[in-house]
Amino acid sequence: MSATPIQRSVERTTRGGSGPRLLFDPLLLLAAIGLAVISVIAIGGSTRTDIAGNPNFYAHRQIAFAVIGTILMVVISRFDYSRLREFKIGVYGLMIGLNVLTLLLAAATRGARSWIGLGFFRFQPSELGKVLLIVALAGFIVDRYRRLGERETTARLMLLALAPAALVMVQPDLGSASVYVVAALTMLFIAGTPGRHIMGLIALFAVSLVFVLGVAPAVGVDLLKPYQVDRLTGFLHPNESNNETTYQLNQSKIAIGSGEKTGRGLDRATQTGLNFLPEHHTDFIFSVVGERWGFAGAAAVLSLFALLIWRTVRLLTMAKNLFGTLIAAGILAMLMYQLLVNVGMTIGIMPITGVTLPLMSYGGASYLTTFIALGLLQSIHVQARIAQGSKGRGLVLS
Amino acid sequence: MIDPPDQRPGGQLSPQLAMRVAILGGIALAIFAIIFFRLWFLQVLSGDQYLAQASSNRVRDVTVQAPRGELLDRNGTVLVENRNAVAVTVAPQRLPEDEGPRLALLRRLSRVLGESTRPERCRLGRRTFRRMPLECTIDQQAAVTPYADVVVEPDASRPVYSYLAERAGEFPGVEIQNAWLREYPFKTVGAHLFGTVGQIDENGLRDANFRGVRGGSIVGKSGLEYTYDKYLRGTNGAQRIEVDAQGRPKRKLREVPVVKGSDVQLSIDSRLQRVGQQALATGISMAQANGNPADGGAFVALDPRNGEVLAMGSNPTFDPNDFTRPIPTRVYEQKFTSESANRPLFNRAISGGFAIGSTFKIVTAAAALASGIITPGTYYNDTGTWRSGTQIRRNAGGAIFGSVNLEKALAVSVDTFFYDLGARLNEDPATHPRGGELQRWARDFGFGERSGIDLGGEMRGVVPDSRSSDALKAAERRCRRVRRVANCNYAFLDDTWTIGDNVSLAIGQGDFLASPLQLAVAYGAIENGGTIVRPHIGMSVLDEDGRVQQRISPRPVRRIDVPDIDTIRQGLLDSTTQSGGTSVDVFQGFGKPVYGKTGTAQITNRPDQSWYVAYVPDAERPIVVAAVIENGGFGAQAAAPAVRQILSQWFYGRAGEAVAGRSASY
Repeated sequence: MSATPIQRSVERTTRGGSGPRLLFDPLLLLAAIGLAVISVIAIGGSTRTDIAGNPNFYAHRQIAFAVIGTILMVVISRFDYSRLREFKIGVYGLMIGLNVLTLLLAAATRGARSWIGLGFFRFQPSELGKVLLIVALAGFIVDRYRRLGERETTARLMLLALAPAALVMVQPDLGSASVYVVAALTMLFIAGTPGRHIMGLIALFAVSLVFVLGVAPAVGVDLLKPYQVDRLTGFLHPNESNNETTYQLNQSKIAIGSGEKTGRGLDRATQTGLNFLPEHHTDFIFSVVGERWGFAGAAAVLSLFALLIWRTVRLLTMAKNLFGTLIAAGILAMLMYQLLVNVGMTIGIMPITGVTLPLMSYGGASYLTTFIALGLLQSIHVQARIAQGSKGRGLVLS
Repeated sequence: MIDPPDQRPGGQLSPQLAMRVAILGGIALAIFAIIFFRLWFLQVLSGDQYLAQASSNRVRDVTVQAPRGELLDRNGTVLVENRNAVAVTVAPQRLPEDEGPRLALLRRLSRVLGESTRPERCRLGRRTFRRMPLECTIDQQAAVTPYADVVVEPDASRPVYSYLAERAGEFPGVEIQNAWLREYPFKTVGAHLFGTVGQIDENGLRDANFRGVRGGSIVGKSGLEYTYDKYLRGTNGAQRIEVDAQGRPKRKLREVPVVKGSDVQLSIDSRLQRVGQQALATGISMAQANGNPADGGAFVALDPRNGEVLAMGSNPTFDPNDFTRPIPTRVYEQKFTSESANRPLFNRAISGGFAIGSTFKIVTAAAALASGIITPGTYYNDTGTWRSGTQIRRNAGGAIFGSVNLEKALAVSVDTFFYDLGARLNEDPATHPRGGELQRWARDFGFGERSGIDLGGEMRGVVPDSRSSDALKAAERRCRRVRRVANCNYAFLDDTWTIGDNVSLAIGQGDFLASPLQLAVAYGAIENGGTIVRPHIGMSVLDEDGRVQQRISPRPVRRIDVPDIDTIRQGLLDSTTQSGGTSVDVFQGFGKPVYGKTGTAQITNRPDQSWYVAYVPDAERPIVVAAVIENGGFGAQAAAPAVRQILSQWFYGRAGEAVAGRSASY
């Protein structure tokens, strides 16, 4: 088999013997580090006055999360992700257990909350659960790979995802629940579940969404709390009412719009600086970017995300086994969906769901989860390169 | 053949998987495209619009109310000053739009302000609704000036405003502003002069007096506050401040400084004003002690040289401090408009129309002298009665004075003498619809026209002639027809103008109406030798250092040439000095020459009005004082003692005792 010059150069690198460290995907790492740096700067600027006497409270903590996350990512990338397939039941059980524990603790304190206090930060099991579910589900799908065409397979696998989604939904964390469902659907799709099953599931979700948001409240049954319905439907009629939801949406649009082409700079970013926009360091961090650095800054952030997504899509095709492909697909869905929903919310085309922007929003659980996911991706990449190296062939796009 | 699932070396892509990955990649691409397009639209295409919204978000323009100028008396004593207060205002268009939250907010605000939340009747335009009082106030004001803030509490207490200030975010549309309120340290003293201030209304915005004033500003609504508003109001300042999301001010961006209004010095002497009002009250209680149902009165003291009003009072009176706070309707009615309150807000000194009785006799004298029907030396033989055709009229108390000339007739107030003159001065109504010499002189003395004082609400008065008499009779007929009553008491429906009407006018009776101010101006002309002054209360506009910036000295209305004026003066002087004079006992031992005249005006079916008018010439401080006590009986018994106290205060600095005269003449 004749090798192209590119292939040869890759082979040289892998055979160069400088260790698997060089098998890292550098562009993926670059995108992640770039986003983390922008995140720290944006959070630092917008939270200067949030905590009196400690202007860098959030920025410092975010740096700590990023450092811990990077270390986690490097460590995970050194292991072969494929071994996780053996522990799929344990991983799944851990995810369910953590979410149940959260519910029990919340019940004990008679509050609705989706986190467990760990002293240093509030640990949100629903965030970590995203990665755990993806890994476990990938294992389950591979197990039933040969029976994927059967309806029963689709139903079982989907139930595996819906069970934790339901647990998370009552915490209440609607956003994470929807991430679970979307990730599962994407993984089924990539694995090769028949199109009609996928379409059937999507139709099912659409119908239940209409029922929960439209029909049930109309007949007087509130499956969701009224504020949740408000948040989910508020973006459809931004000028209609003066409630908290449309307030946030409008303020966010004003923040982003007022950034114009090149942004208003830190001192003139009044929307975030004067607190017109609540949650500016968590859910609405993209509005901060849009106001402070304008279209240029927002485009830069999106480009880094595009880089991240492209490198992930590429992993789908080069993973050494289906297990890796499915994990990459789940992570791709998680990242892409969160990006769409979070950014879409800030620019007024998506409902408010409390989904964070990966690598940008402030928050330990979200940050660490994303870095763990990136560690898995790097591991898939490393393993693919090792496999390619040992077999001396591969389709390389870079 | 499907690849073994657990080992699929990279690169061996099944076409199906490649297709699915391509679909996923396509979806991701589409999502990015949508987000980019939307961002382009928001930031590049409509960015300027959002930038403007962001600016209006953080910037708030606040009007800073200018403190009004103060009103000082002629000696520099402050009569009307400003007090700093905190006003709670509502911007109607920033309240929640939805009915529910809006009502909840107003209900909560009502409770904070201590107002009732029960719906009450509320008039809006021509219709009546049921609204809670706070909502009613806001809607009523918003109907007039839609974009101005509505003051719902002009003087918030400290707990109220700290409560609202701490919870600014919970009360959208409700604001706390620095405000200035008028304060009247002497309470009832001068109450009728100052007038009120308030937010400019729709009519005010069309008023030439308020040219250039912006909606929502505080302006003078009546009295001196209205007349001198352009000096008093100052210039409101403006602040552009940056606020955070809770509406808390962060910093000032721009400031247009406030300019305080100019102080206006009045010609009023506050001590004389106070004593005058007390003397009036004393006169009323003296009249009541005499068995007369006296219930009100008025007085005016002028400088006869230039028309400066030294004091002016009306009884019953009120405390203008009551008006700086909103008054519940029930309290307002009970205090100010009920029958028993007897119209305390009505300034009888300029707006009250009275028959003035014998005090009118100087006009008759001047008319008779000018037309040549008598001279100062002409004697008339008084027999106690005067006849004309079937009419018989008598002197008061049936007195008979014998042979009297003009001087004596004025001093002892011989009615028959003036009946005779009235009859002889009468003209044929066919040729003289506006009357003869008597009417002409009455008008020359300033009766039947507004004096032009710098207060609103002045009445014109009536100098009766055949035309006015016909008009009155027509009104009587109309009234009887419309109300279907036997008698409206406007006029008798006998023949047209008769000689009897002129005879009544000669002693200030009949349909004649004048105010105490007009009477003071007329007697002022006797003192100053024929100048009809234009009375005024504002004396000068002061600059910020208290120096006179502009003098207020309106030109006299006219000059008249009163013939044999010294005879008239002598008659007036005799009445307080010569034995038999109508007010000799009142002014015994006063120590200065008092030129006075009593008056007792008879009104059908009611007790007499007690009048006294007097002037005292003085090189430094001449003064003319007119006083009336409604239903007070004879002039010498109620009004004259009040005038003596006023004069005593003016010249000696103390009111002294009130001395009642015994004279029972008109």
